[in-house]
Amino acid sequence: MTLTLDQISRSYGPVQALRGVSLSLRPGQVHALMGENGAGKSTLIRILAGLEQPDTGRMVIDGHAVAFPRPEVARAHGLRFLHQEMQVVPGLSVAENMHLHLPFPRRLGLVDWRRLRATARTALARLGLDHIDPAAPMVRLALGDRMLVRIAATLIGADRPWLYVMDEPTAALTAAESERLFAVIRDLRAQGAGILYVSHRMAEVMDLSDQITVLRDGALAGSTARAGTTEAALIHAMTGRDLSDLFPPRRPRPEAPPVLRVQDLSAGPLRNISFDVAPGEILGLAGLAGSGRGALLRALVGAIPRQGHAALGGDALPATPSAAWAAGVAYVPRERRDEGLMMRRPIVENAALPHLAGLMQHRKAERAMLAAKGAEVRLKAAGPQVAPLTLSGGNQQKVLFARAVAGNPRLLLLDEPTRGVDVGARFDLYRVIRDLADKGVAVIVASSDLPEIIGLADRIAVLQDGRLGALVANDGLTEADVLTLCYGPKAA
Amino acid sequence: MTLIRRFAGLVGMIGIVLFFSLARPETFPTLGNWLNISQQVSMLLVVAVAMTVVMAMGDFDLSVGAMASLSGVIAAVMFKAGFGMVPALAAALGAGLAAGVVNGALVSLGGLLPFVATLATMTVLSGAAFIISDGRTISGTDLPAAFGDFARSGIPLAMDGDRVLSLPSLTIVAALVAGVLWLVLEQTNYGRRLYAIGGNAEAARLAGVRVRLLRLTGFAFTGFGAAIAGLMYASRVASANPVQGDGLMLSAIAAVFLGQSLTESGQPRILATVAGVVVLGALDNGLTQMRVDSYVREVLVGVIILVAVGISALARRGQRR
Repeated sequence: MTLTLDQISRSYGPVQALRGVSLSLRPGQVHALMGENGAGKSTLIRILAGLEQPDTGRMVIDGHAVAFPRPEVARAHGLRFLHQEMQVVPGLSVAENMHLHLPFPRRLGLVDWRRLRATARTALARLGLDHIDPAAPMVRLALGDRMLVRIAATLIGADRPWLYVMDEPTAALTAAESERLFAVIRDLRAQGAGILYVSHRMAEVMDLSDQITVLRDGALAGSTARAGTTEAALIHAMTGRDLSDLFPPRRPRPEAPPVLRVQDLSAGPLRNISFDVAPGEILGLAGLAGSGRGALLRALVGAIPRQGHAALGGDALPATPSAAWAAGVAYVPRERRDEGLMMRRPIVENAALPHLAGLMQHRKAERAMLAAKGAEVRLKAAGPQVAPLTLSGGNQQKVLFARAVAGNPRLLLLDEPTRGVDVGARFDLYRVIRDLADKGVAVIVASSDLPEIIGLADRIAVLQDGRLGALVANDGLTEADVLTLCYGPKAA
Repeated sequence: MTLIRRFAGLVGMIGIVLFFSLARPETFPTLGNWLNISQQVSMLLVVAVAMTVVMAMGDFDLSVGAMASLSGVIAAVMFKAGFGMVPALAAALGAGLAAGVVNGALVSLGGLLPFVATLATMTVLSGAAFIISDGRTISGTDLPAAFGDFARSGIPLAMDGDRVLSLPSLTIVAALVAGVLWLVLEQTNYGRRLYAIGGNAEAARLAGVRVRLLRLTGFAFTGFGAAIAGLMYASRVASANPVQGDGLMLSAIAAVFLGQSLTESGQPRILATVAGVVVLGALDNGLTQMRVDSYVREVLVGVIILVAVGISALARRGQRR
């Protein structure tokens, strides 16, 4: 089995989404597909899924030309698609969810529940997923496990797929969940399946894939064996820029009294945290999942109650988000869809929300603000009235950055600022963060992405189980150094 | 195609008006009839625009009909007990405001679902109306003449033969309420924040919107509006009974949905709600003139709402893809 795409092109009106793209997908191989937003990845996937037809070019399976006019045809050819947003029936059990595409096994005309669960258990076991109980209701499973259940479900029934297409499967997963998914992907590969793996994340692509294809502006920007390439080369292929430009250089700062002074802060999982942040300083906040990185930022902006002392400039740090924004604290939350944006309200309203002043609306001033701040963060949108729903992840994040910088903050709190953001937008966001710091803003960046922390931060604070485990200057630290600190003295 | 979808609601509205105008050219498209419609829908308009405020926040209020009934009954009972116009009206409006604040507190501080909270207050308010009125209609003779006369008064506009056509006072009140709420919801930063809450309450909170306080005040607007509508109703029929406003609740929700189907973004907007109310009023008036049986009329109105809301839902599904 080999599926070959040969010179596939597709345009939408004047926009050429794909220009003569060719690639081959083979069993037993993880093939990574990379590219910035708008590079053509989604169009390619939609064509494979039978949701779009190519304008020109052909698809060939083992020498026979094929076409996927409908999703069912792609399915019949052994393709399966997994998206970050999984469709499951939360109220049904794991086993029932795994049989949604099949008739339930029956005995004496009634559903044979025992066999249903046994089949599910066998399929889960084939991928080493013994920790998932087939009888558990789906709603109790974490996002990552739901995805694994969906993958295991494809192993049930007569028509076994040979090619899985995974579109940013780790976007919403924790690090531990992602690791499990990777193990399953390796398992599938060992069992002879092919995987087309679409991701922004360099590390996992380098880790998992056998072959890497990069799209840029709808055209093939390179396709090589993993062994024959480097992260730097991939970033260059995707963006035309070099990795060394990713993080803007740090500059020496003049000595100044701290903007933020935190003493013995406790909140949620956090206990007795003390630290300072100086104007113009970027403090990186590292720690394992569950260590309290996000909670610290939420406590500082007043979104969760806190005890202890925290001072902003000379005054007490406000205790509610509304007072915090008014005092010059800006916050970019971790989940931009759930905590950040009104997905259907115009971006100008989204950006202006914390900065509304006076009784009446000032639409003209708001639009002027968005124009200025949008340019500052290199936001690309068709106009101030478009809804975030229609924007790419990177541009959605830039709307939140425009909101954050619009009030000329003294303290900027960023939780996973480049999560689910393509490389090009990351260049822009890192530039914005460093520029703000150079203007004297104190910045705290919480991130699970160690290269990001090391690239950006002046100092790094490491949280372990809600306590401040280490606070070190970022001078020549490596990822391994920081990771060691994250695990704490036990691992050292 | 998108253009057709976008304006389907508007075209449908104009179509309804044209249809009745052609079918009843003598009586439907006349100034007198439209002034009449404007009075018929004035109470509904007030409740519907007040409902739009909470619906902008993504909430809704089932208690508005019961509140309208209660407000009429409170005023009537106070009149009967010998109180003057000012204390009676103030008590009725005060009760509306208080009920709104209670609804708001249950939802925003108590964390109850709006459906549950306002279903409960609806029952409480309705029961209170029965207790206060002793389950009876308080009518004519017990009310001051000026109270009933208000609904029959108006600003003379033109002569139709020997009949004076006037802009009804109730229409003026409804227009004022709609105008004020339009200002509040669509021109102030307060209104902007309510829409932000409707867009994503948690995001609004993290962006510095005082979600709890604002939700509470939003419900207060709606309760107050319902009380105004109740007084208008009592004035119009020059009497008060404990169920007379109840029907306003479902019609108001229908009007907001109908209006929503007219807007591009599918959000509750004041002017759209006004359009929704006018459509419902014109339908009711036109079908009555066509001598359509009132039960059949209800079926037709229900179907038209379904079609309008359905078309706009389809249009938005098309956009989303």
